[in-house]
Amino acid sequence: MIIHHPILGPRDAQEFVYLGDASLIDRPDGMTAGIEAFHDYLYQRSNPAGEHRELWYHEQGDRSWLVVTRNTVTHEITKVELARDVARAKGRSK
Amino acid sequence: MRYSGFRVIAEALTGHNGWKPVWRDPTPQADYDYIIIGGGGHGLATAYYLAKEFGQARIAVLEKGYLGGGNVGRNTTIIRSNYLLDGNEPFYEFSLKLWEGLEQDFNYNAMVSQRGIINLIHTDAQRDAFTRRGNGMIMHGADARLLSRDEVRAMYPWLNFDNARFPIKGALMQPRGGTVRHDAVAWGYARGADMRGVDLIQNCEVTGMRIENGRIRGVETTRGFIGAKKVGVAVAGSSSKVMAHAGMRLPMESHVLQAFVSEGLKPVIEGVMTFGAGHFYVSQSDKGGLVFGGDIDGYNSYAQRGNLPVIEDVAEGGMALMPAIGRVRLLRTWGGIMDMSMDGSPIIDKTGIEGLYFNGGWCYGGFKATPASGWAFAHLLAKDEPHKTATAYRFDRFLKGLMIDEKGQGAQPNLH
Amino acid sequence: MTQSHRIAGGQIDRTKTLRFTFDGVRYQGHPGDTLASALLANGVRLMGRSFKYHRPRGPISAGSEEPNALVELRTGGRQEPNTRATVTELYDGLEANSQNRWPSLRFDAMGINDKLSTFFAAGFYYKTFMWPKSFWEKLYEPIIRRAAGLGSVTREEDPDAYDKGFLHCDLLVIGAGPTGLMAALTAGRAGKRVILADEDFRLGGRLNAETFSVGQTSGADWAAATVAELATLPNVRLMTRTTVIGAFDHGIYGAVERVSDHLAVPAQGKPRQVLWRIYAGKAILAAGATERPVAFENNDRPGILLAGALRAYANRWGAKAGERLAVFTNNDDGIRTALDLQAKGVDVVAVIDSREGGDLIPGVRHLRGAEVIDSSGKLGLKSITVRQANGRSETIAVDALGVSGGWNPNVNIHSHHRSRPIYDPAIAAFVPGQDGPPGLLVAGAAAGAFSTHAALRTGRDAAIAALELIGAAPDLPETEDAPTRVTPLWHVAHGKGRAWIDQQNDVTVKDVKLAHQENFTSVEHLKRYTTLGMATDQGKTGNVIGLAVMAELTGRSIPETGTTIYRPPYTPVALGTLAGRSRGKKFKPFRLTPSHHWAKEHGAIFVEVGNWLRTQWVPKAGETEWRQSVDREVLATRKSVGICDVTTLGKIDIQGTDAGAFLDRVYANTFSSLAVGKCRYGLMLREDGMVFDDGTTARMGTNEYVMTTTTANAVTVFRHLEFCRQCLWPDMDVQLISTTEAWAQFSVAGPNARKLLEKVVDQDISDAAFPYMGAGNVTVCGGLRARLFRISFSGELAYEIAVPTRYGDALLREMLAKGAEFDPIVYGTEALGVMRIEKGHVAGGELNGQSTALNMGLGKMVSKKKDAIGMVLSQREGMTAETGYRLVGVKPVDPQAKLTAGSHFLEKGAAPVAANDGGWLTSKVYSPHLGCDIALGYLKAGDKKIGQRMRIVNLLAGLDTEVEIISPHMFDPEGERLRG
Repeated sequence: MIIHHPILGPRDAQEFVYLGDASLIDRPDGMTAGIEAFHDYLYQRSNPAGEHRELWYHEQGDRSWLVVTRNTVTHEITKVELARDVARAKGRSK
Repeated sequence: MRYSGFRVIAEALTGHNGWKPVWRDPTPQADYDYIIIGGGGHGLATAYYLAKEFGQARIAVLEKGYLGGGNVGRNTTIIRSNYLLDGNEPFYEFSLKLWEGLEQDFNYNAMVSQRGIINLIHTDAQRDAFTRRGNGMIMHGADARLLSRDEVRAMYPWLNFDNARFPIKGALMQPRGGTVRHDAVAWGYARGADMRGVDLIQNCEVTGMRIENGRIRGVETTRGFIGAKKVGVAVAGSSSKVMAHAGMRLPMESHVLQAFVSEGLKPVIEGVMTFGAGHFYVSQSDKGGLVFGGDIDGYNSYAQRGNLPVIEDVAEGGMALMPAIGRVRLLRTWGGIMDMSMDGSPIIDKTGIEGLYFNGGWCYGGFKATPASGWAFAHLLAKDEPHKTATAYRFDRFLKGLMIDEKGQGAQPNLH
Repeated sequence: MTQSHRIAGGQIDRTKTLRFTFDGVRYQGHPGDTLASALLANGVRLMGRSFKYHRPRGPISAGSEEPNALVELRTGGRQEPNTRATVTELYDGLEANSQNRWPSLRFDAMGINDKLSTFFAAGFYYKTFMWPKSFWEKLYEPIIRRAAGLGSVTREEDPDAYDKGFLHCDLLVIGAGPTGLMAALTAGRAGKRVILADEDFRLGGRLNAETFSVGQTSGADWAAATVAELATLPNVRLMTRTTVIGAFDHGIYGAVERVSDHLAVPAQGKPRQVLWRIYAGKAILAAGATERPVAFENNDRPGILLAGALRAYANRWGAKAGERLAVFTNNDDGIRTALDLQAKGVDVVAVIDSREGGDLIPGVRHLRGAEVIDSSGKLGLKSITVRQANGRSETIAVDALGVSGGWNPNVNIHSHHRSRPIYDPAIAAFVPGQDGPPGLLVAGAAAGAFSTHAALRTGRDAAIAALELIGAAPDLPETEDAPTRVTPLWHVAHGKGRAWIDQQNDVTVKDVKLAHQENFTSVEHLKRYTTLGMATDQGKTGNVIGLAVMAELTGRSIPETGTTIYRPPYTPVALGTLAGRSRGKKFKPFRLTPSHHWAKEHGAIFVEVGNWLRTQWVPKAGETEWRQSVDREVLATRKSVGICDVTTLGKIDIQGTDAGAFLDRVYANTFSSLAVGKCRYGLMLREDGMVFDDGTTARMGTNEYVMTTTTANAVTVFRHLEFCRQCLWPDMDVQLISTTEAWAQFSVAGPNARKLLEKVVDQDISDAAFPYMGAGNVTVCGGLRARLFRISFSGELAYEIAVPTRYGDALLREMLAKGAEFDPIVYGTEALGVMRIEKGHVAGGELNGQSTALNMGLGKMVSKKKDAIGMVLSQREGMTAETGYRLVGVKPVDPQAKLTAGSHFLEKGAAPVAANDGGWLTSKVYSPHLGCDIALGYLKAGDKKIGQRMRIVNLLAGLDTEVEIISPHMFDPEGERLRG
């Protein structure tokens, strides 16, 4: 597969390491959320057959974490964003 | 009809006219006591044991494609019970014991062949870990041996002993491990279930579930609504898709695992072997093909196909271990969809919906589990309580912190 | 032996003679020959035996679809089983042997299977061999295994090298027949970067096998001229002997170039084959079509070939398969074979056309509406039996028969993304369906456009469409444009004999009928039950016939019956090629430590730790047992001073105004409160609350920290920190960089560690100036920047000192030289392990990813006062039970007794069953200080069992040892030495 890195252009997916669903960005706050909230965050997955937003890490590159929108049936990639931008857009800060 | 050598000879001498269909193609009835969704190995085994061992009737298996078309028909055929953890080992040992009597039980030769499995050791830490594992296996009633480097060399003198990047230092062996003719498992269970009145309904995809007041009433299918008192889901690879009909999210991801077979060769590998310093395992089928595999591709996929990096990685492992196979040719690769669970272990459990039961999350280890999975799921369906070897396979183990994490990788499915 | 069956013409170089042997018999051929064409030219038709019935077989094809003519090529470590003679380029000195026969190809004892074939119907083995139970594994299966398989594999290492490469292009053209040549020419002239790949060693495809003209010249000459023009274009890369094996995601194609297979041995420095990964903007599948036979009784004898293959052998290779020829066809193309061979002077005895209206050839007997129903000839064809339109049978003596049942487009690669081909009744074949690999167009015969004109036209148009070319395109030369006229005929209904569909696997029409009778009617069941299409040719000639027969039996149409899909690779690929250079010692790269050269000079023993090679111990003269060396290293360190290379530990520089807050989030314990110039042991959890990693982290400045990780987790911890930084807390002011390879780091441990270091460190490092757990930047040897940490893994007064990696070797030598008065030694990972276990520090065996801080006795380190990764989920009930595992120390009651890591705990008198399993030993060493084996272990409720006696059993070795459970801190539990 080829991932079009927002900064570096098309790169072979072999340069990246895969983590999983981009919902892993939505980590609850450990001082307010309890075990159930963390359980749902860490363990439950939508696992769709179709469009999937997922985290890839450019380990053999610039160390960017990316959110890649990819179809899990066709493997077509329709969008690639910097995970940091996605996280900020979700309201994450410090 | 009963199969035997005499029957084969008699039929051969009379033009094979007497062989009967191995299963019927029944029209779905309006309702059943039990519907099993998924006509793969686990679903068929569940139906078979429900009828045979638990005395249940009015059972249907709904299969969206053809019987045995799931991962039971696209795996590397290995059976073993060499697990580490208490939550797993009794279950897999139960499964291995069922394999050992399976052919006589369902009167079908699935070619259960216990030629042994060896897990090669390349570091002292691996030897320590395998010693822990082997002792645990024996304590659970399984068999295990620790082989020295010389013992491994006596078995396979042509492995890479003298020029290896990661030298072979020994192996953990389970002599009762081996292989089974995978398709025949599905067919044997299907035949046995059909003979006991189970309706095996092919080309019947479940498109929805009818749930009223927290209780399942039946399933919508491409062949219409079919009512049921209890519905068991055994659709490895498609678990998340099917359970979404019940509004459930699962602790798993679907991943592609590629498997490989070489051209047919005269015997060269007796048993099953796993390389401990790379992603590679191999056995040789009775037909002569080397059947081998390695790691999953690593990204969520329902595509049933993979990419070159893993193909190359597996071949590299093979060549590192067996430098003589350089000119052996890869004949075919294929991909299966794996339910990769959050701790690498399966789930056989009730759900929050009354009458709806779930069996899945087998990662890429479901084939060897087929008999015990069917038995334990039938037990759960018939008695509403888990089989004694499957008590740990619960949904709530993640909430309670009782993960069964053989590899110690944590909540990342593609690492299991 | 002369080349008795060589005829005029062809693209072979008759000026040169090549010698070769088959089963030890010497033959001659010419450059341009394949092994099959040369054997046929020498009158040899029998080349192999089938898989199940050991039927005598010759080639049926002239290409890579060949199921029958498989040989063991070459000898020794280069022996290649199952090699298709039809694509093996002849070279001087070639040695080939037949396979799957005993004792010889002509007299094969296993031919008995053929006589007993009625007992070996499809799936017979599923119904028998079950009684008595033990006989399957002891008797039946061993016999089956010995009988099965095709060629044999060498046990010697493959001596040849393999390589990999990467290519990029605008357009990949797969196949260099008329379609592919025209596509490449169109794109090439337009200046696009083109790769044209073909599996053959001569480009041109069927043009080389046919006689019709293209433009003013022969097809073969037009192909040669076109290739010559393409070769002049710098933007076009011609790849002969290159098979595109698969279409992968996003325009990536795999291809195998057989660089040296046409040579006796590869040229010096050249690989045997290269695996190319081709990144193609667009691709055109121009893979042509494969002819299929018609199934009739005994249709598998040597001498019965595909009609197009007979034509190819005559036209391209100047070889004839027999003296008296007949053709059996259901389409016009078969008649071309009769025409061409007649023109070559071969005696064409009859054309048997199943249709009523096929063309007639003057001077040749035509039997219209007739079918071949049987053949005879034990080791090669002697006659055929024909049923004429009027129902009368006639036996015709022939020694060669060309069969044509029509042509199947080579849709394989288009199906690699699971696109299902669709049936086109106009050509009675499957053509590419929807949803093929994005960017892949199909043209020419592969798309069902069978005439040469159609090939040229669709090839050109596909290139224009793929690349959106504008402007002039190449003119199309004039050539034949015959319509495809075919009347489907899959098998000849007649009698009770066997009619082969899959020749290699011996699947016959009868087997398909049996599968139907037993309700294995889906195409997948048919394939799996009968093994149809699972041989080395992957059913390229037989699959369609099998499913057509099934369609006929079920009364369904062919489209309703469906088709199985094609999987990569297109043709089988050598595993050596897929592995490339990653084998032997080069399987994975070596990472060497800065002290590696010193250690090698001093005879060190190394151990693989991931990709690192670390010093395991450094034997001194006279030491014959590893324990002597390790004990000495431990004792010398604890007595005076030892040095260990710990460069492999992960090192991460963490800087920014939020660095401390960040560390508080990623470590279970607190770091923001750490004073500048101090370090602290840190425990890192995964989000699931299990221990991820540990190490010391030092605060070098207000906003500067240096983290160390374990060797094993250096990469994953860094990845995890980047995830936390970028994805969880994107606005934290914190920057990370891995410095693992930037700093050489040595542990200097022992009572004289400070005295030794004072010899090289420029600053005051007295206990007052540099107390326990101190950290700071220093200089060594008169100004070289260095980092110094007063930390101890061994329990001794110890430091870790780091200098830029390139000075690591020099620093080690300097320390050894300047500190010579303290008799410093260099110790390896074994002594390191002994000392850390004596101290009860956790490492690999305990940090197994399945353990909590509580398990390790470090539960108090998990702060609940702040949010940190893993804090919440570490509190789940299953992970906090009182009865859970706790880290303990273990020593045998009898000091002579031996312990083994991996042994399990049992109470005295308890049976060795799982219910009594108390836990296991995680790590074990011999402690020269305690004078016995000691171990760490995880014991259920172990913290409450200190001081008790238990048993340790290793059932794998029959060991059962009484032990005492002790504190894991087995040496200097008060820590007086490290504060010294």
